[in-house]
Amino acid sequence: MLEIFAYGFMQKAFITGIVIAVACSLLGVFLVLRRYALIGDGLAHISFGGVATGMLFNYMPFASALLFAILGALGILKLKEKTLIHSDTAIAIISYTSLGLGIFIATIAGGFNVDLLSYLFGSILAIQTSEVVLSVALALIVIAVITLYYHDLFYMAFDEESAKTSGIKTGTLNSLLVILTAITVVSSMRVVGLLLSSALIVLPAASALQYNTSFKKTLLLSAAISVSSVTAGLLMAYYYDYAVSGTIILINTGLFLTSLIINRARNGRPLFS
Amino acid sequence: MEKEKAIQLKNVCFSFGNAKVLKDITFSADKGDFLGLIGPNGSGKTTLLKLILGLYPLKCGSIKLFGTEITSFRDWSRIGYIPQKATNIDTIFPATVKEVVAMGLLSRKKFPKTINRKDDKEINAALKTVGMDELRNKRIGELSGGQQQRIFIARALISKPDILFLDEPTTGVDQNTQESFYRLLGELNQKGITIILISHDIGKITKYVNKIASLNTALEFYGSHSEFCAYDPEHCHDNIDQHRLCLDRG
Ligand SMILES: Nc1ncnc2c1ncn2[C@@H]1O[C@H](COP(=O)(O)OP(=O)(O)OP(=O)(O)O)[C@@H](O)[C@H]1O
Ligand SMILES: [Mg+2]
Repeated sequence: MLEIFAYGFMQKAFITGIVIAVACSLLGVFLVLRRYALIGDGLAHISFGGVATGMLFNYMPFASALLFAILGALGILKLKEKTLIHSDTAIAIISYTSLGLGIFIATIAGGFNVDLLSYLFGSILAIQTSEVVLSVALALIVIAVITLYYHDLFYMAFDEESAKTSGIKTGTLNSLLVILTAITVVSSMRVVGLLLSSALIVLPAASALQYNTSFKKTLLLSAAISVSSVTAGLLMAYYYDYAVSGTIILINTGLFLTSLIINRARNGRPLFS
Repeated sequence: MEKEKAIQLKNVCFSFGNAKVLKDITFSADKGDFLGLIGPNGSGKTTLLKLILGLYPLKCGSIKLFGTEITSFRDWSRIGYIPQKATNIDTIFPATVKEVVAMGLLSRKKFPKTINRKDDKEINAALKTVGMDELRNKRIGELSGGQQQRIFIARALISKPDILFLDEPTTGVDQNTQESFYRLLGELNQKGITIILISHDIGKITKYVNKIASLNTALEFYGSHSEFCAYDPEHCHDNIDQHRLCLDRG
């Protein structure tokens, strides 16, 4: 079984996949609890606009996607703050605008080419070393920032107003949280693809939340679930030739259902009630 | 010598859009006061408290906390706050009692914040004060409303605040628990903590406080307990201490 690690492309895939899995799953817990579950999806649409724009100008799609995603993330926050619309509506407005822009630009630039599609669906087995370095570096930054601001982010997720009255700079931290999400989505676009990057943010967190445990344990569980799904997905893709991103997501769905059943059984509740 | 002021409000007003919610509010509380802020539903009590805590931007007038304008106030570890409907939390939120109380320590921590052994001891002590130390590893969502309320008090107390703001803290709490809760507040006040207690139930809290501010968009009454009794005898209840004195004499 170890022969698969002899391949350079497999090593790269595992390293990138696991680091990104951790970043997504940690962020996911905060986002899901704050009802921002779909922000990853919105930012993925925005990044798509960024990739298409980058390709149009023949400039690094990675950089333009990152720029679009960060501006979009801050735009969502501002839109929610300045108007009285809900966060999901703000996400929808900004994300569909960028999606429209992406499609518009992609069409001008001569339609959807293979390259653009690889950003949408991911191509973890074909990533280059420079992409590995960039993705891993970005994901590590995200993990480090979450660790450093763990207590403040936790308090803010629990009760934003009380957090503010204990001197936590909630405005800055809110911006930080969405910027981290933007970075994570862009850094994972080569792994699972933009279309499914949000799944890696939401599903492991949703599974971990089924265990009704402490916040710290929930974060660790979310990371463990996410890493297992990526590892298993890569192994299955290697041995059975399945599509990696789809497999990873389906494994996550399986793990979510398992968590649901385990915890319903543990609490003596029927599966559906 | 004049007593040091804990809070000072001067000509404060506020509106949501075109709806005027607060008009020309001026009053203050000294250090060591137990002030009851009363008024019917919708009279602006919560709004005023959020202004005092800097959660809403001030539209007119001025607010000072311990002599510092709220806009430049930074000494948050001196402030304890228990919001209205604190117990309305997301029942699936993954936080244990211990984790919730630990939040109260953050206001005195510097970046990067960590919780150590010594903090653990303090958390246990704070939980003991409110009689909840046995529940420390339970998830907060699994507790009853009254138990949760005590946990929030422990969270507010652990930062060793000089002033404690409570917004309708006993909503949904049974009679006995309410009594012991108010007694706890009385003890804290005896120890020198200034307490600002909000309630729409005028009769219920008058016996615990030494000052009363009655709000209905504008400030309708502000004064000491005995002044309030002259102003509104119907809702006046003897201070619990005087009550105890009578019993002792009898
Ligand atoms: N976020 C808001 N947007 C618009 N209007 C608001 C908002 N919050 C409060 N109000 C209005 O401001 C007025 C005062 O509300 P506030 O919550 O301060 O009252 P309260 O005295 O605390 O009432 P209660 O006893 O019910 O808690 C009410 O008329 C309310 O409808
Ligand atoms: Mg209120």
